[in-house]
Amino acid sequence: METKKNAFDEQAVIKDLKKYLPAQAPLKDFIFQNNLEAFQRFKFHEGLNNASEILGYKVYLSLHEFRALYESERIRKDVLERILIQKKGAAQLDHWKEKLIEQQYHHTHSPRVGLLRSNWKKEYKIDLNSLVHTNLFRILNSYIDQGISIWNFPVWEHGFLRSIKDIQSHSFTSFFSTKRAKAFLMEEKWDLSDLLKIVVGDESLFEQYLFDQQFAHQGWSGMVSVIEDKPHTLIDQKKITLKELIIFELLLEIDALDKHFGEGKWQPLSKKLRTRPARLFEDVPHTEYHEVLSLWQEAFEWTYFDEVLAGLQINKPVQKEKADKSFQAMFCIDDRECSVRRYLEQVDPACDTYGTPGFFNVEFYFQPLQGKYYTKLCPAPVTPKYLIKEVGSNSKQKHDVHFEKQTHSLLGGLLISQTLGFWSAIKLITTIFRPTMSTSAASSFKHMNKAAKLTIQNFNPEERENGWQIGFTVEEMATRVEGLLRNVGLLKHFAPIVYMVGHGASSVNNPYYTTMDCGACSCRPGSVNARAFCFMANHKEVRAILANKGIVIPDETRFIGGLHDTTRDDVIFFDEDTLSIAHVAYHAKNVRVFEQAMALNAKERSRRFVSINSKLSPEKIHKKVQIRSVSLFEPRPELDHATNALTVVGRRATTKGLFLDRRAFLNSFDYSTDLEGKYLLGIMGPIAPVCGGISLNYYFARVDNQKLGSGTKLPHNVMGLVGVANGIEGDLRPGLPSQMIESHDPIRHLVVVEHFPEVVLEIVKKLSTYEWYLNGWMHLVALNPETKEISVFKDGAFEIYKPLTQTIQVLDDVNYLIENTDSQANTPVYFLSKN
Amino acid sequence: MKLLLNLFIFIPFFGFIISLFLPKKNEGLISTATVLTVGLHLASFLAYVGYWLSIGAPTLNIKDMVLFGESDYEFFIDFTFDKIGAVYLVVGAFLTFLVTLYSRSYFHREDGYKRFFNTILFFYLGYNIIILAGNLETLFIGWEILGISSFLLIAFYRNRYLPVKNAVKIFSIYRIGDVGILLAMWMSHHLWHENITFVKLSNYELVHDHLQTHSIIGITISLMILIAAAAKSAQLPFSSWLPRAMEGPTPSSAIFYGSLSVHLGIFLLLRTQPLWEHQLSVRILIGVLGLSTSIIASGIARVQSSVKSQIAYSSISQIGLMFIELAFGLEDWALIHFAGNAFLRTYQLLVSPSVVSYLIREQFYNFVPRPLTLEDSFPKKIEYSFYILSLKEWNLDSIMYRYFWNPLKWAGRKLEFVTVRRAIVFFGLVYVIGLVCEYYEDSIPEIIKYLLPYCFSLIGLIMVLKAFSERKNVFLSWILIVMNSFWVVLAISFNEHFSFEDVYIYLSGIVIAGLLGYICLVWIKKLERRIDMKQFHGHSYKHPKIAALFLLACLGVSGFPISPTFLGEDLIFSHIHEDQILLAFFTALSFIIDGIALIRIYARVFLGPHVKSQYEMAYRSS
Repeated sequence: METKKNAFDEQAVIKDLKKYLPAQAPLKDFIFQNNLEAFQRFKFHEGLNNASEILGYKVYLSLHEFRALYESERIRKDVLERILIQKKGAAQLDHWKEKLIEQQYHHTHSPRVGLLRSNWKKEYKIDLNSLVHTNLFRILNSYIDQGISIWNFPVWEHGFLRSIKDIQSHSFTSFFSTKRAKAFLMEEKWDLSDLLKIVVGDESLFEQYLFDQQFAHQGWSGMVSVIEDKPHTLIDQKKITLKELIIFELLLEIDALDKHFGEGKWQPLSKKLRTRPARLFEDVPHTEYHEVLSLWQEAFEWTYFDEVLAGLQINKPVQKEKADKSFQAMFCIDDRECSVRRYLEQVDPACDTYGTPGFFNVEFYFQPLQGKYYTKLCPAPVTPKYLIKEVGSNSKQKHDVHFEKQTHSLLGGLLISQTLGFWSAIKLITTIFRPTMSTSAASSFKHMNKAAKLTIQNFNPEERENGWQIGFTVEEMATRVEGLLRNVGLLKHFAPIVYMVGHGASSVNNPYYTTMDCGACSCRPGSVNARAFCFMANHKEVRAILANKGIVIPDETRFIGGLHDTTRDDVIFFDEDTLSIAHVAYHAKNVRVFEQAMALNAKERSRRFVSINSKLSPEKIHKKVQIRSVSLFEPRPELDHATNALTVVGRRATTKGLFLDRRAFLNSFDYSTDLEGKYLLGIMGPIAPVCGGISLNYYFARVDNQKLGSGTKLPHNVMGLVGVANGIEGDLRPGLPSQMIESHDPIRHLVVVEHFPEVVLEIVKKLSTYEWYLNGWMHLVALNPETKEISVFKDGAFEIYKPLTQTIQVLDDVNYLIENTDSQANTPVYFLSKN
Repeated sequence: MKLLLNLFIFIPFFGFIISLFLPKKNEGLISTATVLTVGLHLASFLAYVGYWLSIGAPTLNIKDMVLFGESDYEFFIDFTFDKIGAVYLVVGAFLTFLVTLYSRSYFHREDGYKRFFNTILFFYLGYNIIILAGNLETLFIGWEILGISSFLLIAFYRNRYLPVKNAVKIFSIYRIGDVGILLAMWMSHHLWHENITFVKLSNYELVHDHLQTHSIIGITISLMILIAAAAKSAQLPFSSWLPRAMEGPTPSSAIFYGSLSVHLGIFLLLRTQPLWEHQLSVRILIGVLGLSTSIIASGIARVQSSVKSQIAYSSISQIGLMFIELAFGLEDWALIHFAGNAFLRTYQLLVSPSVVSYLIREQFYNFVPRPLTLEDSFPKKIEYSFYILSLKEWNLDSIMYRYFWNPLKWAGRKLEFVTVRRAIVFFGLVYVIGLVCEYYEDSIPEIIKYLLPYCFSLIGLIMVLKAFSERKNVFLSWILIVMNSFWVVLAISFNEHFSFEDVYIYLSGIVIAGLLGYICLVWIKKLERRIDMKQFHGHSYKHPKIAALFLLACLGVSGFPISPTFLGEDLIFSHIHEDQILLAFFTALSFIIDGIALIRIYARVFLGPHVKSQYEMAYRSS
């Protein structure tokens, strides 16, 4: 790995730190991402080995978990053997098999990070963390706080350190208890390395010390680093930099040491150091233990993938190009929509469904009426130039006094506790016995007012706000509509109604509420996007332009926007009043299809919910699922992306008839309309950061829920509205809680592209996210659309893959499976019987 | 009618015992048993209260069981029931019932599902004993149960560092409150010459007569009770424990630290009101304490930027107001205030995770940037100073360390030279001398005879201080703790000749529990090789059974009401003379530190992040 000179390069070290620290934004802007992005320049297993040794993460399931999976045949013997032969040669098979299955390994040593700083305790007998952390976290939290405290940090305009200094110089008390630290804060005639010289001494140890120090509370450090880079992520904006945090922490350390030993009576850490700990980024040795785990990991992944690929290869869907479709419905590629689409097709075989990223190819900022801020509605890496505003409707937020600040004041509290306190008792009873949608719940339907108008069309390019153009011009609209239709390959045979269904979620008592919304809309519901797209596709002038380009949308075809609430399995449609009488009738019929499909979907989801008996009728279960979504005491309103494992980019016909247990992102794409892969490039672009980000976020939270996830939700305490911590003194806990990931199988994501391998290879190499595939952080497979031959991408080239699985079972009755599978188990791949 | 009161102790007791034997994996059964227990309790109690009201709400008292009786001394369990008890029980049963229902699905698949419901029932048992207690002795039983179950609930996530650290911290503060009750009990014995019931206390003439002649004792008793009440209700200077108790799962924080547990200080004052209501100085003190707490705590609440600590401090400031209400004799108002505050804070804590979506949404629509204010005026300076102080919680947390624990630790550290062998040899020698002296008591000069009890109890206290501050040898710590009881017995034996039976009652429990604990420690040492007191070892991660057994031993040694030692503790105190305040103080202090030292051993060896599984543990800071 990289070798560092002894000289301390402040900027480089801070840059490095920022790269390794958790990059999770404040809760309201949650984005799924690879926790170990900093290691992505290495091959997957090597990167994991490094991360584990350097930063102390657990990066695989434990050995005994793998062995238990093998015992229960969830890791298949033939797959394991094939992998061992490939990697170790046939001669070594038995030898390695024995290692994997039987050998005992003792792995108890400590990670590198933290070793240097642990000498405070060892050599100085002082627990610096416990002396510094409580104050540091509290001051940081009060400074950043977005609206919990009644009495805010009094000064904040010139940044963190300056504010501390200002408030300190204008008061009779101090954040510090000793003179030296106080004087340092006031003087400002020093820089970071001067402080480090006092605390650490030897310059060659500075970098390691800072890593140790910041990784002792990586939650807060990561948050500060994110806020520094994206200040707009805070509504109540506060300036702060990681460097300021480091300086302040060093001052607190000096303060604590001076107080404990007396000023000048202690020596810098390097002076008492007996042995120099290993440098953080020195080469990490390869251990057999790690290799054993990595082999198990491969076997675990390919046990599932082998089945999936066999299923895709064997699957022979009925290819009937019917012209008279009852309707077409386009959903997000989201894994949660995979089963909804299956049920729609089951209830109404004459319909067609499509999948495409849920921002529907329209990228913009959105401002609801009376909203003071803008919400970005497109994938996180995209920066839109447009703004859509909500106009002409008025809906006020209802208030709930339990969240109001007067309950915390002395006299307000006196009054309220003696009156409203008894109202709380009644509310407590109702929330437990009859949960209903309340003001405290986050609901996807609140995202946009259904009755409001949107400024989608731009009539005058001069109409701008905040540097963005308000609405889209006709040309711009046409480009977007055309792009989407070509992406999914819907160019002819339009049905009378085409539904564009975005998705969002509802929950209560859930600080992670944004994670459940549409990932392609920066974790917000996709309702505005759906409506905007439909407006564009229904626009006469837009259609005229499209017709010129060969896409003729008949006048009888109407696009209708909708929103699917994935927690409640509710669906609503927008702008229904613009439909003609004939369309109203079609629509009414389709709505019934949607309703049935939603109930069936709720039933399928209920197999994961222990509190709901999945043997009940779909309608009854649907009711229970809805109640569950607004129950205060339900830490799992829905399971979000848990169990996600696949992305299939291809025609629906390729996956239709396969039961994938809601584990697949399905992106519609027809190779025959895009032989050179012109549109494929656009489709593949966001797949790695979006689907891969989700998958790896889940992977790491599952294998190390304590360090790379946030542990159990139950004791979480909301800190300053930006994050959660355990109790009141803990560090922020980024990552996903255990309740979200427990049923997830930690495997890398498999992307299957239905196109010729040569084309796929060419496209993939052009991607800015090529590293994801090249270094194996995601698997990539090309499925030849004509021969159905499967090729696996490996080290920059495609290799033919022959599945070991020969037959896929046919499932006669999905209900039987739903009603009789263990709630935590993932099912094998099945064919659905065609009747 | 009166006898039925027993029912309200038996229901939670049996529920608790049954819940201990349910299979760990069967979530449904465990939670159903708990909900049924509490539900049955609530329903039968409501019926009872209905009947009780219909007969004119009389004050009931029932002398239940005489556990131990001598000619001049009786130890008996007593229950009483009146308006105060009715309000506290209704609120307690109602909230516990709803929260157990709430936790049924909330805890689904959580590690320690059974442990949680066991502890809830245990807590509930303690709560009911306290509320129904008819004398201080009975109340103390409940008080002890509450202390230990609070410890277990706070340290529910026993493999993380902060919950365990804070649980030990809070347990220590609870123990300070316990000294108050122990000393109050001792002084009461001497004041009333009996184990007085709360009902008798309300006899104005009796109280008035006694206090006339013993006004100092009267005030001291009241002060001791006030200390206990202040510690339990997180008043100054103890306030900082309450927010730190919010380490457990949200529902348990909501019900116990948001509502029930923290209002027990008020309850204690309500119960003992007849005693202190005629002492103006005490009332003023209660009022001043309440006032200063409510002002300071509401200031701290204003600067809190985390939801739970904000609610905790708001609750403390309301309890401060209740203290004031009591000082003014507004008993009914305080009761209403208690109920309202308990409901409000429970609900606020339960919905606290919703605050993100609620406030973010509100901000999105209503945010107004704050005006910039940096002024150099005197009032501003005061304001900023107040801000910083509130942010630092007025250093309350470090004050407890600096002025209480650190001196004790410092004293203990002066005893570095004590080793297991030296301790045993010293113990053997001095104890034999002591026994010889005891035997030839008549030939010892009066002054020496007078000093010997102090001397021996001081030795006991020093030993237990050493046990408390020991950093290396777990066994040394354990042995010293067990020895302490022997020192206490020796000290008291010079006071008066009491029967062998008393000693037997007291020591039998200690010896058995002491042995059991020792065996557990040897066992774990054999399995894991290295155990010391420098850090948390977290061995409950791999050996939960040994951990449970050891906890039981700790309870036995500490005189928890599961062993006869508990009775002995009280007996011992009854043998300390009225004028031996110092002896009572030494003994009480050694009991207290003893308890803390035990919990410390348990925490260091069995709780915290598991030393051998670093890759599966949470960060220390989280």
